[in-house]
Amino acid sequence: MTGHSTYVPKSALARWFESRLPIMGLVHSSFIAYPTPKNLNYWWTFGGIASFMLAAQIVTGVVLAMHYTPEVTMAFDSVEKIMRDVNFGWLMRYAHANGASMFFVAVYIHIFRSLYYGSYKAPREVLWILGVIIFLLMMATAFMGYVLPWGQMSFWGAKVITSLFSAIPFVGDAITIWLWGGYSVDNPTLNRFYSLHYLLPFMIAGVVVLHVWALHVSGQNNPTGVEVKSVPKDTVPFTPYATVKDAFGMVCFFILFAWFVFYVPGILGDADNYIRANPLVTPAHIVPEWYFLPFYAILRAIPSKLGGVIAMFSSIAIFLFLPWLDTSRVRSARYRPVFKIFFWVFVATGIGLGYLGSQPPEGGFVIAARILTAYYFLHLLVIIPLLGLFERPRPLPASIADSVLASRASVGARVAAE
Amino acid sequence: MAANSVTAHSVATGATGPEPTRRDFLYIATGAAAVVATGATIWPLISQMSPDASTLALASTEVDLSGIAEGQILTVKWRGNPVFVRHRTPKEIKEAEDTPLSQLPDPATDQSRVKKPEWLVVIGVCTHLGCVPLGHQGPYDGWFCPCHGSVYDTSGRIRQGPAPRNLDLPSYKFTSDTKILIG
Ligand code: HEM
Ligand code: FES
Repeated sequence: MTGHSTYVPKSALARWFESRLPIMGLVHSSFIAYPTPKNLNYWWTFGGIASFMLAAQIVTGVVLAMHYTPEVTMAFDSVEKIMRDVNFGWLMRYAHANGASMFFVAVYIHIFRSLYYGSYKAPREVLWILGVIIFLLMMATAFMGYVLPWGQMSFWGAKVITSLFSAIPFVGDAITIWLWGGYSVDNPTLNRFYSLHYLLPFMIAGVVVLHVWALHVSGQNNPTGVEVKSVPKDTVPFTPYATVKDAFGMVCFFILFAWFVFYVPGILGDADNYIRANPLVTPAHIVPEWYFLPFYAILRAIPSKLGGVIAMFSSIAIFLFLPWLDTSRVRSARYRPVFKIFFWVFVATGIGLGYLGSQPPEGGFVIAARILTAYYFLHLLVIIPLLGLFERPRPLPASIADSVLASRASVGARVAAE
Repeated sequence: MAANSVTAHSVATGATGPEPTRRDFLYIATGAAAVVATGATIWPLISQMSPDASTLALASTEVDLSGIAEGQILTVKWRGNPVFVRHRTPKEIKEAEDTPLSQLPDPATDQSRVKKPEWLVVIGVCTHLGCVPLGHQGPYDGWFCPCHGSVYDTSGRIRQGPAPRNLDLPSYKFTSDTKILIG
């Protein structure tokens, strides 16, 4: 679907350059002439929004690194110095901290868009798996970044999460000590987390390039889930159509981002992280950042150490196999009446687990977390495979163009009737 | 790969069986050297992350027991972790000793966990995911871990919750009647 490059260099210099490194042709065929389905809705703007958030994290992060000190006796103070003394340091830090949350907001919406419209199905399996890898790398990056300010939540979050590895039979304790570089989370741990926190976003950027490359080979999915049949009838060129739509979506998203940064910069954080790390006292209530809560709830729901760790990792790893677990050949939930209901139940399950992850692990919360954890796996491992076999999908439109014309016609009919 | 090229070669010559060529020899020798070199390169890259010499030269910590009243728990720092030194009351000792092993998820007698019954010395790191349990709390009045609800008794043994093991014991010795040396 990438189509041949239609780029024609306009000047002699551009021609000279293009015959030596055809990069303008690549940009032109990827972001200008690239055919996008003409029926994409705003849920499709979140890939671009996520890309922008990655760039924003890299820019604010590099700037913060100019003032931050990765050493246990100085890290906390250096962050306070950024907040109080460095010119616009508060802005950089709030933008970076809230930016991580906004990045996750965008990627979660992007993932659920893929789930709803079946974007993970053939021929987009590799594209999807690359997306899951991006998500895992993001989680690792955000986790290590949260350790850097060296507050109480930084320290104890790091301790609890790295201790997950001690659940591995026989070699677990040795692996944990190796990860820490000592017998507890300490200076060596902080140093290596800083090194990796700087590295991983660039690896994410690399995987995003592969992700977009794979996208441009298989072509974008669209709300009908019906493949493009005729480029002239079903698609429009990326520029100006997708460019403007993406840009508009981004601007709206930034308004939300700016609201967080300027009006409620601390609302997503934890007050305990403004207390310096103390290896001898655990805070009464350890809670991870909101984007980890559903997985944390799954970890705590299982009353066995190894079992909890396995459940937590498999709750994400399962997504790697989703293209094969889903047996339905119809992509979009629009034409899958039963799947559509289960999709929303699954969304509610995720939100419910997130809520439970923020609550203390006692009484009714534990029972609820167990039920929702069981349902989470039931949805992915049983309901999704069976639905494809038993559900009767609604008739698909013959093409994207047909579906667009049909919805126009029905709007037209309604307007005429009024 | 090497085997393949040998077969291809012998098919080509059709004659007396596989006669390794100089290319086969170079191929195997280079491959073997590459494997060794890769291992020799990766090992230092992995090993550098292990605790370094200064961390391994573990400082030992001396604790003066004379100031710890009966029933009190002193927390000291050793190798970056808290160590609990608990001066147990006769009631706590009796409860710990009288517990049948069949009630313990990680069976160990109280005697095997102390050098002198009134002094319990354990590493204050929950064996679940590493939080510091709170003393004199939970149904057995031993420790309670606030993170995910593990309960330890007055011998530091796991009784309820997700932690798999009893609280670990550091190596320590009595240097006098009122002093211990941890590490
Ligand atoms: C750093 C994070 C990510 C970035 C920057 C990113 C970027 C993009 C972009 C620019 C697109 C094309 C526009 C669009 O369809 O929205 C796209 C498509 C896609 N992404 Fe991502 N993505 C990210 C993470 C993920 C994750 C975590 C998943 C799934 C687990 C995923 C799955 C997909 C799929 C399946 C498509 C094709 C969608 C379609 O056209 O329907 N992406 N991505
Ligand atoms: S760390 Fe103590 S119960 Fe989980």
